[in-house]
Amino acid sequence: MYHRFDAVIVGAGGAGLMAAAQLAGKANVAVISKLYPTRSHTGAAQGGVAAALGNLEEDHWIWHMFDTVKGGDYLVDQDAAEVLAREAIDAVYELEHMGLPFNRTPDGRIDQRRFGGHTRNFGEGPVRRACYAADRTGHMILQTLYQQGIKHQVTFFNEMMMLDLLITDDGVCTGVVGYDIHSGEIHVFHAKAVLLATGGFGRVFKVTSNALSLAGDGCAIAFRRGLPLEDMEFFQFHPTGIYKLGILLSEACRGEGGILRNDKGERFMERYAPTLLDLAPRDMVSRSIYMEIREGRGINGQDYVHLDLTHLPAEVIETKLPDITDFVRTYMGLDPVKDLIPIQPTAHYGMGGIPTDVDGRVTIDEENTVLPGLYAAGECACVSVHGANRLGTNSLVDLIVFGRRAGRHMLKTINENDFHPLPKEPDFRARAEVSALLEGDGTENANVIREELQEAMFRDCGVFRTAEGLISLREKLTELRHRYSRVGVRDKNRTFNMDLVETIETGYLLDIAEAVVAGALAREESRGGHFREDFPERDDVNWLKHTLAYRTSGGIEMRYKPVVITRFEPKERKY
Amino acid sequence: MQVHLRIQRFNPEVDSKPYFEEYDVEVEPTDRVLDALNKVKWFRDGTLTYRRSCAHGVCGSDAMRINGRNRLACKVLIRDVGTDITIEPLVGFRVIRDLVVDMEPFFNAYKSVMPFLINDDPEPTTERLQSPENRERFDDTTKCILCACCTSACPITWTNDEFVGPAAIVNAHRFIYDSRDQGAADRLAVLNQKSGVWRCRTVFNCTEACPRGIQVTRAIEEVKRSLLTGDVS
Repeated sequence: MYHRFDAVIVGAGGAGLMAAAQLAGKANVAVISKLYPTRSHTGAAQGGVAAALGNLEEDHWIWHMFDTVKGGDYLVDQDAAEVLAREAIDAVYELEHMGLPFNRTPDGRIDQRRFGGHTRNFGEGPVRRACYAADRTGHMILQTLYQQGIKHQVTFFNEMMMLDLLITDDGVCTGVVGYDIHSGEIHVFHAKAVLLATGGFGRVFKVTSNALSLAGDGCAIAFRRGLPLEDMEFFQFHPTGIYKLGILLSEACRGEGGILRNDKGERFMERYAPTLLDLAPRDMVSRSIYMEIREGRGINGQDYVHLDLTHLPAEVIETKLPDITDFVRTYMGLDPVKDLIPIQPTAHYGMGGIPTDVDGRVTIDEENTVLPGLYAAGECACVSVHGANRLGTNSLVDLIVFGRRAGRHMLKTINENDFHPLPKEPDFRARAEVSALLEGDGTENANVIREELQEAMFRDCGVFRTAEGLISLREKLTELRHRYSRVGVRDKNRTFNMDLVETIETGYLLDIAEAVVAGALAREESRGGHFREDFPERDDVNWLKHTLAYRTSGGIEMRYKPVVITRFEPKERKY
Repeated sequence: MQVHLRIQRFNPEVDSKPYFEEYDVEVEPTDRVLDALNKVKWFRDGTLTYRRSCAHGVCGSDAMRINGRNRLACKVLIRDVGTDITIEPLVGFRVIRDLVVDMEPFFNAYKSVMPFLINDDPEPTTERLQSPENRERFDDTTKCILCACCTSACPITWTNDEFVGPAAIVNAHRFIYDSRDQGAADRLAVLNQKSGVWRCRTVFNCTEACPRGIQVTRAIEEVKRSLLTGDVS
């Protein structure tokens, strides 16, 4: 089937829906989602969305900007961080006007709480900056934005998976190809502007907070079409995942006063971050947890530590952290009011992604050359506002600020341009891919490949990395890639073929893993979420730069682009 | 431990009616029912079909009938359901394939109650003010994840296609009692029709089924009371 829309948005999480809200009523817009929109992973975000509203104490956007830059270990593009911190304020008000039910202060304003790495006056101490709705802020953002989509009669194509991105020979993005999961039909979407808002790729790791559907679709397809992926070696491991399951326990637990303890009951963060303690940035806390485990101070000598909320009033736990309390009760059979909670770092967020400028326009090289018609926003994009490590709450800020900017810029593109012709036989590649999988006689099981991939990535490309581990991991990926070339889909039906979907996703994860490992191996320093045991120091002389990974016939090619520094010179990062 | 799964299957491309297929799988007592389904799908029978995404009870994809009760497969542990587990699609919905049902009528009912903030006043330059008490008034119904456990558990929906169902009423409630909203009268008019709240027979199945712990029946009763008294405070 052929469709024509001014704008096509792929992904119905926070970034995609925020962009759609800007376009609704002003342009003919379609949102394509692999799921129903309300299933998107934005809904799993818990703790809050940062904005220097100053509702409870003095705060300024420039403090937020500074924290973002420092939290990102100075790999952040500071022009983008300035936009993020300045516009967060308006974007949060816009969400409130749309109806988002924020928690309130006694005088009726949006309530705010502390979060890791967010400080007053350039690092003096924690500040209350995270606007929140209990511990389901992401759920409220997702619901509110989907409601706006309904209100403004946005066209949704639910359970439609993107298979291809249409870029013409003269370098213009003219649409996407989708696979209708319900019917197995291929759809061509012709558009003046395409936004990729497909989310993250945490499923590349074994223990993760990410949904099963987060396979990096948008990043992988862009990568296959020759576009670069930026800073993929920087992946955030959130300190407090439920032991073994990886389910996220929000940083809000520590924002409300929770403490991490080792086997001896020590508040071990005193050793690693004497000022911010348990509210140090996530990369530091995750490393600290592993240091304790390595030195034999994990609980009973095992590979986890405790999150202690038992000293908090039961009322705070029940009213400000109700979902987390429910998770702990459901999945662990423990009660956070009186029990210590076993936690371990869990793969959480990719700082890297498809490079964009501050208007969400996708850029394709070191000179930031724009690819006309193509935008990206949210976790699949790299603006870069998170640099080497994202601060808590800044993912939601990223979605609403840059989803909004992308939507507004798309409107400009739509108004200034006619439809560019589609490439010849636009769905050729997608059809070939699907028929090869459905009609082929491969015998390898994609699920086995995926599990081996996740295991190897978590072991050799996790919180700690070495050249030795990464080289053996690269060999493992080559082996898995070889096996994937003989993959077989066991379900041959057209109707709701999730075996086909998961097989295609496994292919995406393999591509993503190759980019992550190539970046991790290239970057011979330690910065933010990327820690090389063989290069344990940050090296600004050689590595204050972004990586751009390109997929070529000869393997992954690495190129580099400079970091934009405007206000804050790089300094040693201490908390 | 080994569990015995009895799963309702239906493939519209080959089957004329649904049937049950049985699988024995090794799982841990602390595994989720979803983990057991994944084991079957990934390593035994790739044709088994169901929806899933977040795997921890917040996205609402994997609502299904587990041992006769509507549950999210990712929020029920094996140790809580025993070793013999019967899994069926949600009742009252058209089955698309296996455990996947047609959600369109459900979302259409949701849309019919105007589930978005209605306020035509000019927007202030900062936030609209709302007291913590006014915010608390509708807190319970903001938790809804649109999984359809409640609507499918309601016996009225099994025989009456017109009834909007508990989930739509919950989402109307979320706005009717929001002090910032001005659309209560319009929503109440929708819910006063014969497809609205008066179909509810207060069976409480919806409240029992909600994986988010929402007091669904209570929300419906509050809407009924507002219709009778005209008071939406």
